[in-house]
Amino acid sequence: MYSEKVMDHFTNPRNVGEIVNASGVGEVGNAKCGDIMKVYLKIEDNVVVDAKFKTFGCGSAIASSSMATELIKGKTVDDAWTLTNQAVAEALDGLPPVKMHCSVLAEEAIHKAINDYRSKAGLEVWDYEEHDDIHGEVHGE
Amino acid sequence: MNKSIYMDHAATTYTKPEVLEEMIPYFTTHFGNPSSIYSLSRETKKAIDVARDRVAKAINATGNEIYFTGGGSEADNWAIKGIASAHKHKGNHIITTTIEHHAVLHTCEYLAKNGFEITYLPVDEYGLVSIKDLENAITDKTILVSIMFANNEIGTIEPIKEIGALCRSKKIFFHTDAVQAVGHIEVDVKEMNIDLLSLAAHKFYGPKGVGALYVRKGIKIDNLVHGGGQERNRRAGTENVAGIVGLGKALELATQNMEENNKKLVYLRDKLMNGLLEIPHTRLNGPRGENRLPGNSNVCFRFIEGESILLMLDAMGIAASSGSACTSGSLDPSHVLLSIGLPHEIAHGSLRLSLGDATTEEEVDYVLETVPKIIQRLRDMSPLWDDYLKEEK
Repeated sequence: MYSEKVMDHFTNPRNVGEIVNASGVGEVGNAKCGDIMKVYLKIEDNVVVDAKFKTFGCGSAIASSSMATELIKGKTVDDAWTLTNQAVAEALDGLPPVKMHCSVLAEEAIHKAINDYRSKAGLEVWDYEEHDDIHGEVHGE
Repeated sequence: MNKSIYMDHAATTYTKPEVLEEMIPYFTTHFGNPSSIYSLSRETKKAIDVARDRVAKAINATGNEIYFTGGGSEADNWAIKGIASAHKHKGNHIITTTIEHHAVLHTCEYLAKNGFEITYLPVDEYGLVSIKDLENAITDKTILVSIMFANNEIGTIEPIKEIGALCRSKKIFFHTDAVQAVGHIEVDVKEMNIDLLSLAAHKFYGPKGVGALYVRKGIKIDNLVHGGGQERNRRAGTENVAGIVGLGKALELATQNMEENNKKLVYLRDKLMNGLLEIPHTRLNGPRGENRLPGNSNVCFRFIEGESILLMLDAMGIAASSGSACTSGSLDPSHVLLSIGLPHEIAHGSLRLSLGDATTEEEVDYVLETVPKIIQRLRDMSPLWDDYLKEEK
């Protein structure tokens, strides 16, 4: 059901943990649906110097968090913002259709964390689309 | 990691070698169509009758009350649709429960779209149906009550004898999906006043794709599968002879050793359950003791999600199952766990370990060593666990 990449990132997730005094934190999802992602960013000179996550969820939710945080580390904030859920899924060699929402959560958690950083830094927050009912909208069924 | 521990016997079992051995000639030498008249076919016809008698004996029925089917789901479909269709002139009301297998639930939903009214009885926190609720739900339009003998997820054994007695006194047909019970616990259709009963071979070390429906003698039921005259004109299609032979043999074996096996199973189950419950923030799903299937354990671990647990267990060589949304193939966690009152977030963290004949104490010990580490590892990744720890402080 899962690609080897997904299993690798699930079994040996990168960047698990918290960043104390993070520049930005974003939490998305809810316990009722069975997945919550919380992303912590450390940003210096407009560059994501560190990213960490905590996730409650299935194998693909954990793997998506791991891959998404890997993909934005070392990127400028502007580049990190452009990370799409498709890019996360592709980097994992694909996700099953019913699990695509996990990659969307990862994208949204990063958007939320970046905006948290921007608002704390007195910058204008960027617009993005947050899915209220992520399973209903992005479940691939 | 080459350990292989199978703890999903409620999903299916392996076919026992002695069962397979008895089946093989019916693929090779005794392959004749039971409906033909030459001597080659007499062997196969006889073998079906032997299997039929073995099934009848196991549930205290007679051979002519047993009809072989293509599995448990077909038996459930047939029982419910067949009674509904044959007795709709008497009423259009069917009573079942919220914790049935989907073979029953979806069949009832189908009938609801076709003019039947369905009452879904609730269950208590242990998954037990109340006789009082059943009595109150019965109307003069009620033609059928379908309540499972034992639940596949949380192992609850329903008060079948009381349900049977009530239905008989009200002259309402009583069907029970006994797929998890037959071959595992005492089933007596006469003593329990059961009118129709579904069973499936692969739950008691027989092959997959073969089951049976018991229909009490004299009950009118419409056919589900139309065609040739097999199964005394009740279920068309050339018989799955080898499968039927395997079902009969497996059930004979299962009932022979039942008491002895169950003593061992109950000991292992309780050791496993109690060990798992030592993990903090873990709850038992389903009852303890006599009202629980001997091989079933089911718990919920808070703050984590079931599919992750299963993937990590699999990596450690342990096969198990969960009622989380991600494993149920739908957006919601198991309907059974929600029915016993669990909130979604807790139901997502369920783990069912179902034991079988070949389960050893060493396997249980290994699972008890492994699971706590996995739970801790996932909790360490979970923001809910963080939140909980912060609240505690």
